[in-house]
Amino acid sequence: MFTLEGVSKRFGGLQALHPLTLTLPTGATTVLIGPSGCGKSTLLRLLNGLARPDTGRVLFDGHPLPEAPDALLAVRQRVGYALQGGGLFPHLTGAQNVTLMARHLRWPQARIRERLGVLTDLTRFPAEALERYPGQLSGGQRQRVALMRALMLDPDVLLLDEPLGALDPLVRHDLQADLRGIFERLGKTVVLVTHDLAEAAYLGHGIVLMREGQVVQQGTLDDLEAHPADAFVTRFIQAQRPLPVGRAG
Amino acid sequence: MTRLGALVLLVLLGAGACERPPGEGPAVRVGSKKFTESVILGEMVTQVAKATGAQATHRRELGGTTVLWEALRRGELDVYPEYTGTLRQELFAGRALKDDAALREALAQEGLRMSASLGFNDTYALGMKEAEAERLGIRRISDLKQHPELRVGFSNEFMERGDGWPALRDAYGLPQRDVRGLDHDLAYRGLESGALQLTDLYSTDAEIAAYGLRVLEDDRRHFPAYDAVLLYRADLEERAPLALRAVRKLEGSLTEARMVQLNARARLERVPEAQVASDFLKASLGLSTEVRTQGAVSRVWQRTREHLFLVGVSLLAAIALAIPLGVLAARRPRLGQAVLGLSSIIQTVPSLALLVVMIPLLGIGSKPAIAALFLYSLLPIVRNTAAGLGGIPWEVRESAEALGLPARARLWRIELPMAAPSILAGIQTAAVINVGTATLGALVGAGGYGQPILTGIRLDDVGLILEGAVPSAVLALLVSGLFEAVARAVVPRGLRLRE
Repeated sequence: MFTLEGVSKRFGGLQALHPLTLTLPTGATTVLIGPSGCGKSTLLRLLNGLARPDTGRVLFDGHPLPEAPDALLAVRQRVGYALQGGGLFPHLTGAQNVTLMARHLRWPQARIRERLGVLTDLTRFPAEALERYPGQLSGGQRQRVALMRALMLDPDVLLLDEPLGALDPLVRHDLQADLRGIFERLGKTVVLVTHDLAEAAYLGHGIVLMREGQVVQQGTLDDLEAHPADAFVTRFIQAQRPLPVGRAG
Repeated sequence: MTRLGALVLLVLLGAGACERPPGEGPAVRVGSKKFTESVILGEMVTQVAKATGAQATHRRELGGTTVLWEALRRGELDVYPEYTGTLRQELFAGRALKDDAALREALAQEGLRMSASLGFNDTYALGMKEAEAERLGIRRISDLKQHPELRVGFSNEFMERGDGWPALRDAYGLPQRDVRGLDHDLAYRGLESGALQLTDLYSTDAEIAAYGLRVLEDDRRHFPAYDAVLLYRADLEERAPLALRAVRKLEGSLTEARMVQLNARARLERVPEAQVASDFLKASLGLSTEVRTQGAVSRVWQRTREHLFLVGVSLLAAIALAIPLGVLAARRPRLGQAVLGLSSIIQTVPSLALLVVMIPLLGIGSKPAIAALFLYSLLPIVRNTAAGLGGIPWEVRESAEALGLPARARLWRIELPMAAPSILAGIQTAAVINVGTATLGALVGAGGYGQPILTGIRLDDVGLILEGAVPSAVLALLVSGLFEAVARAVVPRGLRLRE
């Protein structure tokens, strides 16, 4: 679905991404993972044109991302995007957040209502909470609203930047399970950024491990464990502390 | 919001439409300066002109010589009382006009005419208690040479002016050593208590009558003549010949002593200037004029309308320009710095200076006042709009962009609603400042609550000052409350929740 050719990005004095070439498969979930500041969020934002590459180009569905603002807006309507904390509009209710873009595109009321119903079922969001404002929702509910908003126009692609970042463990666990179910049911191309390897392995088909603006290795978790590209890969995998064995009780 | 705006506009248009009714006779617009003598003279001219059937109006208490002079030249006034000394020393300062003939010629070049003297000379003078002067045998300034021991107190201004005490001392060779500078009001009290024996004054001051003072004769003609005259536009001769002929009967009708009495009646006995003028016209010209006094309620109501008109029009215009400017400032930070810098500079210009600068461009009346208030209202709104937009969290901004909303829709659907509380607070600040600053509009003839404040200051009448200051304060509170109500109606509910 996405192909990056020789793409690099610099912010001031910081080389956020070194020239890299990468292909992200259609219909699969790819997880971008790596330590903080490795460039994974920048990479994600290059995919929907929120950031522009300094060199190289990004191909979406075989075509370069357009330069013209209008054409880019059309692409964004095919690419859902949700980020940590949800980025919800605080002055709009949950339902208004989800349906904003559809209303802007003048979808008929009935179609909007129907789609909203489908999405609340899919994300298991309580219908009565739709009329609440973001300030009145829990962290997990906000994330579900953000997910519904990203899915409203039934996009081809879903980009998620640390969607479960700021949630407590139980909520996070529930949402991980729900997300996996949703990805399987929809069969869309998903690109997800996280720094949690267990989450990456649970949700993703393929993993792209990054470090200091470069792709270290791309493959499944098994590939990474069995054939690490370098010592960093092994260290990164081992850094995920397992629960201590032989605990009392 | 738009319905509210339309309602406000409607009220304002109604308030603005309260112009004088159409009539038969030619229009004669009279002006006067913001001190009592000028207001009385202006009233006389107005009443005399009215008696000939002219549609005479009086713009009282305009803020200073420049304001009246410019208004006369631009044709917004037809006639106002002036002094020959002021014409020579201030308006034609660089021209060294020798006599009144030269002065008339200079005026003619501006399309203006000058009447003959009204009969009195309002210039600097020296005064003593009548009894004290009699006892010491002092009639003329040169008599002072025989009394070097006199206790003298001059106003600070007179002490410092080049043509004040130093020049007078040199011209007459005066020997007095014990000369103190002090506030003018204190000087009168000092004379009364005997602490002072001699002070400076204006030759038609009301206090001359009140304290029983003798004005010493300027026997060497040291002080320049400030003969009272009427300045009028040359075209008045064709437009209102009847009224002009009647008005010119005032020439030579007054003396210094008579003017002192009239000033004293108005300033010290608090008789309205219109009444003072009317009584004088009856006694000396045998002319009966009608003096209409306005009740307190209709007076306050009229000023409220004038004040609301100034505030409303200037504020609406400021909102219409400042919000787009604020959006621009938020979008283009460098341009934003320039916009904010410029509006900050405007804010530092003293209000009076800004009003006076407006007069050559816009004349007198509500226009220059509205323009100045408009400029003052820009900064709070521009800054709060820019700050409100700048305070939107980046993840919200990015989410809107990632959804595929065009820039325009992002502005209307996301950014402006989220910045609404800040923008409204800016408008509220601008409105409250505006209500207070609009009181200065009276200085350029815009009316409003500033009018009774000006009169009250001039007559030292606290009651009149309060008649302007209290409604102004109440209006400021009401306006502030109004915008809080608007905020409750306009700010989205989701923004008023606590996270």
